[in-house]
Amino acid sequence: MTIDVLERNPKAETRLTVIDCDIHPTMGSLSDLNPWLSKRWQQHIVTYGELVRQGLAKTLSHPRMQPAVSRADAWPPNGGLPGSHLPFMQEQHLDPNGVAFGVLQPLRPNGNSQRNLEFGAALSAALNEWQLEHWTGRDKRLKGSIAVTQEWPEAAIKEIERHAGNPDFIQISLPPRSDEPLGRRRYWPIYRAAVEHGLPIGLHVSGVNGHTSTASGSPSFYIEEHHNNVQSMQGLVTSLVLEGVFEEFPSLEVVLIEGGFGWVPALSWRLDRHWAKMRDEVPHVKRPPSEYIREHIWYTTQPIEEPENPADLIHLFDWIGWDRLLFSTDYPHWDFDDPHTVFKVKLTDAQKRQLFSENAARLYGLG
Amino acid sequence: MISRKAQDRRMYLPTQDAIDCDVHPAVPSTKALLPYFHEYWQEAIVTRGIDRLNLDLTSYPPGAPLSARADWRPAKGPPGGDLEQTRRQALDAFGSRIAILNCLHAGQVLHSEDMGAAFCRAINDWLAKEWLDREPRFRASIVIPTQNPELAVEEIERRAEDKRFVQVLMLAGDEMPLGRRHYWPIYRAAERHGLPIGIHAGSNYRHAPTPGGWPSYYLEDYVSYAGAFESALLSLVAEGVFVKFPQLKAVFIESGFTWLPACLWRFEKTWRGVRMEIPWVDRPPAAIVRDHIRFTLQPVDAPPRAEQLVRVLEQMGSDRLLLFSTDYPHWQFEGGAALPPEISGARARRILVDNPLETYPRLAETLQPMEKERLS
Repeated sequence: MTIDVLERNPKAETRLTVIDCDIHPTMGSLSDLNPWLSKRWQQHIVTYGELVRQGLAKTLSHPRMQPAVSRADAWPPNGGLPGSHLPFMQEQHLDPNGVAFGVLQPLRPNGNSQRNLEFGAALSAALNEWQLEHWTGRDKRLKGSIAVTQEWPEAAIKEIERHAGNPDFIQISLPPRSDEPLGRRRYWPIYRAAVEHGLPIGLHVSGVNGHTSTASGSPSFYIEEHHNNVQSMQGLVTSLVLEGVFEEFPSLEVVLIEGGFGWVPALSWRLDRHWAKMRDEVPHVKRPPSEYIREHIWYTTQPIEEPENPADLIHLFDWIGWDRLLFSTDYPHWDFDDPHTVFKVKLTDAQKRQLFSENAARLYGLG
Repeated sequence: MISRKAQDRRMYLPTQDAIDCDVHPAVPSTKALLPYFHEYWQEAIVTRGIDRLNLDLTSYPPGAPLSARADWRPAKGPPGGDLEQTRRQALDAFGSRIAILNCLHAGQVLHSEDMGAAFCRAINDWLAKEWLDREPRFRASIVIPTQNPELAVEEIERRAEDKRFVQVLMLAGDEMPLGRRHYWPIYRAAERHGLPIGIHAGSNYRHAPTPGGWPSYYLEDYVSYAGAFESALLSLVAEGVFVKFPQLKAVFIESGFTWLPACLWRFEKTWRGVRMEIPWVDRPPAAIVRDHIRFTLQPVDAPPRAEQLVRVLEQMGSDRLLLFSTDYPHWQFEGGAALPPEISGARARRILVDNPLETYPRLAETLQPMEKERLS
């Protein structure tokens, strides 16, 4: 199927164009940000480090299953961390996989989760400069995500305005696990700025907000914590819709990154059913919730859903909308999806073009 | 004697002889429980004025549309508070042979382990006397103080001899993930007595209901309860509860189930990648779920088109997973349409009767021989 086509020697016109909507660039240490941090914050990092809402200061409390959460073969020969060396990323991923554009999702440092908001905003600002200097400025295929400290909307808006006109940035990055559900009014100024500047909101799995990933506290295992990312995504979709964010900002576009999409139909059905009974509680929600979801939300494909009956993937795409799915690899992480093997079902050439590049090109204005 | 007319009417009920696995009796007031407390607690409750407090759960505001269908709302008192009305509307109207009472009250919410245990004990004794003794078609779940597993086990042991109690009841949202070893004494006792663990929608709100914190609206909370069940499923399987207690069954009550296929796909995929973390889970999680976890029917949370629901039922991968429920008096459907039209024939029969009988061994034990024959 897909593999057969791609394994033939591709002629230029049949070669698949890929826009990879989730690539992780990494830095060696926080001091890499020093060129863009004031002396105070440089010293703050040395003296106090990060102060977040969890028990371990330098790593997450569910240790991952692989060093640096990465593919074993993604460690660059120069000895750096996976995702830290552009030439190796080009050689291993961007060039051979035909990546026309790649959307960057730097996960560290997390200026979005600092309890000290001034420090968080300084980290976010430095992270944006770092993306320009080390990545988008050196490979025009790469596009940045504007990091902001969403719990301090004034600072977030300043940061958005600093970069909004720069074509090297194509979305605003927020963490799904923000301090409060993302539909609440404290975040509306950020959505207003996003709409004014025509930038989608990208939500990559992240955020340390002191809330547990389940309604019954923190699970014991990484396998649970990882799976429960779908709860963050469902919670924020529910919040955005039921708070009326899409009524207030009808042109707002939201991209859910690495949060799966198999859950979308069931959540939509459940929302519609119970909204029909209790819409008097949310009179600002004028239409069935599923309609807002269909119109405003995009999903990256990795980690690809694997139904027991592979054909069910087609039904899933049918329900969600073929125009809402954005291919992503999650390079260099362990659960990388290879564009040559990702879809276990037969897709038409037109469907492939949509998923691999056209949807992303339209949403982000690329190409 | 059943009149001819009544018999004729019965023949037309698609739910005739059903076993309804989720009906909610309401404690009419804290005062009503008072006779069922020990002397110390009676005095303490009155002295402290607790008998004058309203102990409704945040999870089910009595006035909310979901908490009571309009035609099931009583003239006075809380929805589900009147036995006569419940008998007529929950049992007779559906032709149900049996209904399992799941009482959602304060016992699992109070912060004091002792007070929680005292409330659970009072609720269970109140259920036995005020409901089970007065209507032979009722069965009940043992409400337990999950705050303290030792006290919870005491309560299970105290009530287990009464075979009209057919399962142990917990809330989906609790202090810690439901698979954790903290709870294993409860599961050991339940398995020993042939009692499934019933996990009901709702929370004692020790934690925010979503990973993003506290939502603004009840509607958001209610929608999020399905996610709490998904997390509970992961926890029960990942912690190895069903490896440790191979006879144990868990029943997810008022959980919805249309989310299950996508949950299993993801669980299987992630497990293939990182199974070294939980080596005791030595077979595919979906198989474990299909052997050990059951789901009550309502709310169906059905998709808009019939063929989509049929597809979900196929994706469930087993016809043994669903247990009939009306969720009375909660408003999940109109009229007598508890069974969606997509469910009929042999599949309906399994959901209405066979699956509940297989899940709750005590149901068959307490049926009269003639009734057993009629249902077999």
